[in-house]
Amino acid sequence: MKYMMLMGGTMAGSKAMGIHTWPKEDLQAHIRFMIGFAKELRTNGELVAAEGLAGPEQAKLVRAGKDGTPVTDGVFPESKEFLAGFWIIDVESEKRAFELAARASAAPGPGGVPLNMAIELRQVMAGPPEEFI
Amino acid sequence: MLEPRAERLLRDLAPQVLGAVVRRYGDFGIAEDAVQEALFAASLQWPKEGLPDDPRAWLIRTAARRLADLRRSDAARRRRENEVAVEDVAAPVEPGTPEDDSLVLIFMCCHPSLTPSSAIALTLRAFGGLTTAEIAHAFLVPEATMAQRISRAKQTIKASGVPFRLPTNEERGERLSAVLHVLYLVFNEGYTSSAGPELQRTELSSEAIRLTRAIHALLPEHCEVAGLLALMLLTDARRAARTGPHGELIPLTEQDRSLWDAAEIAEGVALLTATLPRGAVGPYQLQAAIAAVHDEAKDADATDWPQILALYGLLRRMADNPMVMLNEAIALAMVHGPEAGLKALAAFEDRLRGHHRLDATRAHLLERAGDLPGAAAHYRAAAERTTNGPERDYLLMRAARL
Repeated sequence: MKYMMLMGGTMAGSKAMGIHTWPKEDLQAHIRFMIGFAKELRTNGELVAAEGLAGPEQAKLVRAGKDGTPVTDGVFPESKEFLAGFWIIDVESEKRAFELAARASAAPGPGGVPLNMAIELRQVMAGPPEEFI
Repeated sequence: MLEPRAERLLRDLAPQVLGAVVRRYGDFGIAEDAVQEALFAASLQWPKEGLPDDPRAWLIRTAARRLADLRRSDAARRRRENEVAVEDVAAPVEPGTPEDDSLVLIFMCCHPSLTPSSAIALTLRAFGGLTTAEIAHAFLVPEATMAQRISRAKQTIKASGVPFRLPTNEERGERLSAVLHVLYLVFNEGYTSSAGPELQRTELSSEAIRLTRAIHALLPEHCEVAGLLALMLLTDARRAARTGPHGELIPLTEQDRSLWDAAEIAEGVALLTATLPRGAVGPYQLQAAIAAVHDEAKDADATDWPQILALYGLLRRMADNPMVMLNEAIALAMVHGPEAGLKALAAFEDRLRGHHRLDATRAHLLERAGDLPGAAAHYRAAAERTTNGPERDYLLMRAARL
């Protein structure tokens, strides 16, 4: 079963309270955790993909214009939630997905205190099940 | 590139060769790597130099040489890491035939200490001779992830200390069910594609059929092996009719039956006809029998539903599975009308509450009973709950149509 784990944040969080202001040691511990976590998933044979996304300051909203050409819009409003990064995992059970999401949630923050951030867990759509009727 | 005949030969020989190498040298993990390299060497050399006189012996010799190399480099690595190299003492083994070796190998790959996904990966690689890249592609995960899954599976087998021999008679039944379950999962993964946007990944279904055929050849007297092979053939026969031009799901009753594979149906029916009278009827034979009843009806209206209803009744007594009851309720509705089916659903719905199949079934039955708003609501509820794309599209279409 494949799941996507989405790690969110807020614009305000990214600028004021966020990761840019953490002491170097805390930042290093956080990065070490993320790299180690991805490595562990890979070693377990559970990792499909993991990516961190560039900051929301660089985000653009894109729509097709009347002639189909891209029309871009500026950054999100201050309060808007944004996606900070994601993992796609392939695990044996929903229970295992919960465990891994909880691990990601407890990534170390300032002072090494677990962030306990919300991780949104979404099952990846799969093909149809066994023959019906 | 190998011509298809040589490629088939390689795949068929893979388990025999691996079995022979493990029997002789012990150490499943390293033997498996060595055999993969021998298969690769064959795929490069045989097109240039032609098939060797005895391809199996050629592969065993090549794998044995590679195994010696791998052991040397492994020992050197261990010395570098300052560890004591533990020489594997190959367990004394009774002389084996290629048939025994293949059987021992499949029992090993489907060992109960492995999780289903690990057993599947290991079976496809060790018994099926698929490369890690091919397996990773089939399951839509990166090759590195699949390589880790296989390597952990091999470690688990090593740690569990499974001896390289056939299971004892007492273990045999249970271990064989595990093997059949793994093959069934591989087939379903290919046929119903539980991952990704494509409905079917035929390479997995064909591989499952090929492997089950091989087990059937080794254990021709075993009724459930024959039953599983028949079930796969009778289900796979409908493959071409199961999806529309845009990959959309077409339910059994609406399929163009002229697209069904008559040869596969004939083979499945013949297998079943030869097996059923021998007694020891199990769930795979019953499911195959149900598939055969569908396959033999010239159109949906000609389906022998009373026969299907009776078969589901037998199946339910054998396995206490609410999915079987769900299908039985449908058969009941086809024989005695939708109200009878809805009444049957009510009796066990607590066990399936929240499952999209319960909503989908209720929707079908309500539609047949003429309650169109009720049917649409349950189709939509089912669409919200399913985790698979094509089925969601199908359910939404049914709801929109009403």
